[in-house]
Amino acid sequence: MDNTALKERILALVPDAEFQENKQFLTFIIPPAKMHDLAVTLKTDAALAFDYLFCLSGVDMVKFLEVVYHLESTAHGHQLVLKTRTADRDNAALDTVCDLWRTAEFHEREVYDLMGIRFTNHPDLRRLFLEEGWIGHPLRKDYKDEVNIVEL
Amino acid sequence: MKEVINLPVKNIEEEEYHINMGPQHPSTHGVLRLVVSLQGEIVKNLKPHCGYIHRGIEKMCEKDTYPQIIHLTDRMDYLSAHINNHAVCLLVEKALEVDVPERVKYIRTIVDELNRIASHQLWWCSFGMDMGGLTCYFYGLRDREHILDIFEESFGSRLLHSYYTPGGLMMDIHPNFQKSVKDFIKYFRRKIKDYDDILTGNIIMQERTKGIGILSKEDAISYGVTGPSGRASGFACDVRKHHPYGVYDKADFQEILGTEGDTFTRYMMRMHEMRESMKIIEQLIDNIPAGDYSAKMKAVIKLPAGEYYQRVEASRGELGVYCISDGNKTPYRMKFRSPNFSNLSALDHMSRGVKIADLVAIGGSLDYVIPDIDR
Repeated sequence: MDNTALKERILALVPDAEFQENKQFLTFIIPPAKMHDLAVTLKTDAALAFDYLFCLSGVDMVKFLEVVYHLESTAHGHQLVLKTRTADRDNAALDTVCDLWRTAEFHEREVYDLMGIRFTNHPDLRRLFLEEGWIGHPLRKDYKDEVNIVEL
Repeated sequence: MKEVINLPVKNIEEEEYHINMGPQHPSTHGVLRLVVSLQGEIVKNLKPHCGYIHRGIEKMCEKDTYPQIIHLTDRMDYLSAHINNHAVCLLVEKALEVDVPERVKYIRTIVDELNRIASHQLWWCSFGMDMGGLTCYFYGLRDREHILDIFEESFGSRLLHSYYTPGGLMMDIHPNFQKSVKDFIKYFRRKIKDYDDILTGNIIMQERTKGIGILSKEDAISYGVTGPSGRASGFACDVRKHHPYGVYDKADFQEILGTEGDTFTRYMMRMHEMRESMKIIEQLIDNIPAGDYSAKMKAVIKLPAGEYYQRVEASRGELGVYCISDGNKTPYRMKFRSPNFSNLSALDHMSRGVKIADLVAIGGSLDYVIPDIDR
């Protein structure tokens, strides 16, 4: 499926998805409530067949926290980037996708650890790199650590 | 008469218990801790505990300029340092739309492949050692030394080179480079036969690896297991073929796929890959065009605001660099999708039901480098 057809298909599936200009990938911002349903369709629909989640990143854009999903179909070769956002910094929570792509289990633990976004229905949401009881999430822009991070 | 004392005896064949493998264990090849649940000597499940060498490279990147970031990427997968450097360089060049001289592309491709061979040599010798064949270790390291000597001669360092810079190379190759590389290929074509004689054909090794730690193609894709480990399961994931960079599109090489997905197939994939890498180098080494070793770059590199993603094939799988720039000289956010990170996530799935001694073999066949997992 080429990018024009893919774009129409995504907009038909989620009418309020926001298209974002990007030179490399077809990019959409998806409302968090619709993310999991869309992911199920993307994975299971034979014409879409996005079976390979090659990157999952958490981003702190200060006004909101964002999770970026880079998807590829190994059968068709097309690629897609989805983003989903939450403005609640204290209790940030999004739906997990690790029931669809198992690699997300580790990636989401990393995002939870370093960015502080909880993933609902994740089977084992613990910190991955830092120890239990660590205060704060280091990759957030407002994270302060006077001991370990030297401001120049 | 002696009194008989009846102590309560635990039946360890029936009861489940946990052992800690690592963080200081020779077979984890670094500081990784695996909490293994066992029944007898059968692995029920395992939980990897990461973070013993977490340095926060992604956070450091937010304070560093792009040429500085290159030095940090060396320290992720230190065995494919050149390839990691390549990823960041390609990302910067793509964002700035810089045309890199052909000479640079050729040299980078050759050096990447040399790096891949050196990495697989080290994997081969430590895999042999994990299985109890200490001889392999001396053979592998002896041959790897030749590549490190070539690196030292041209780039001045043996492990962490930071030889690539955005737009080109730090310096031109040494006049001896082409001859040394050709000598090495001639030497190693002869020596790799020894590898097969010592380990591949060894019946003990085959018995211990065939049919052990099977990963199906669907699971490999779902877990994002890439590189030789993914291709052993039949997942066509070679970035060099599917999203070519450098001059891989000009070289004739095969993407070899396995069908079994077991430890032995993963072993064979890397053996094949060393031969394919030599094939690539042989095609390119005599055709390095003359020219500059770097494109003209500005002293301060600022990427236009936007998002960039670059994929390269590191020795252990797909390395992805995701960069968000806000137009400054430092990135707003830098994310590394490291191959070992995803490969490790499949370890629990692969090792359920095997004996604990086989877990060491499975781990060896995944060839994990811990600093790349923790970053």
